[in-house]
Amino acid sequence: MTENGTSTADWHVGTQIPELHVTPDKYLTVRYAGASGDFNPIHIDEEFAKAVGLPGRILHGLWSMAQVARAHTEAAGGPEHLKRLSVQFRGMGVPEQEVVVTGTVAEVDGARVVVDTVAEQSGQQIVRNAQAELEL
Amino acid sequence: MALNTQAVGKTFTPTVYAVGREKIREYAHAVGETNPVHLDLSAARSAGYADLVAPPMFAVVYGGPALMPALFDPEVQMDFARMVHGGQEFEWGPLVIAGDEITTTLTAKEIYERDGRGYYIFESTSVNQRDEQVLRGTWTHIVRGV
Repeated sequence: MTENGTSTADWHVGTQIPELHVTPDKYLTVRYAGASGDFNPIHIDEEFAKAVGLPGRILHGLWSMAQVARAHTEAAGGPEHLKRLSVQFRGMGVPEQEVVVTGTVAEVDGARVVVDTVAEQSGQQIVRNAQAELEL
Repeated sequence: MALNTQAVGKTFTPTVYAVGREKIREYAHAVGETNPVHLDLSAARSAGYADLVAPPMFAVVYGGPALMPALFDPEVQMDFARMVHGGQEFEWGPLVIAGDEITTTLTAKEIYERDGRGYYIFESTSVNQRDEQVLRGTWTHIVRGV
């Protein structure tokens, strides 16, 4: 571990990393659009989103992926530990509902750890088949 | 309609992104980062970094613009109205720090059809001003009903 932080996880195959819980507020997608540069109106314009058949504005998939990344950097004790993250986006995340990231250690090889992870909202996976590789 | 695959192997015009301290802060707040190395200059410096550290997923800020010329390329001919971001992979090298200048080069790696969907897979590499590879990205976009 580094001086940036201390790992909070138990790095053995089959154990879970600490869950990350976050509820995006009503205007989160607007702030993330500005921060990321992705102004696709399906994320920021309620009327546009409904006009193209969505229930309303949806979360940016890459914001949800950033929550998966954060669950792992927080578990490992800093950004320098995250070496790889792959995800599939399915379903749709929406503002004002809690997102929960869970992860289970799948492999440990010395300082290298692989975690199988998902992000869910109301019991539905919005980031699935995700895998993170950490160097501790 | 057969999928146009003539862009496979094509490399697009690289993009250069100058990483700013306030942009890192803005991004870190938007994704809920609380680690002070992303937010507090003195914390970043006392942890041994020259300036604020970009969160790993800041990759979309410096690497994302390289995708734009590919999405709008006449040889790619992607139907945006039916496009979804299907998947994403990032592999990180050395951390990106405010003040870095990142050059990203993107290539069309695979374009194929499966079950009536078009898969467009782009691969990017990003290097900093010391020519160290800070990121390799694989961007998968899916177009329904091709």
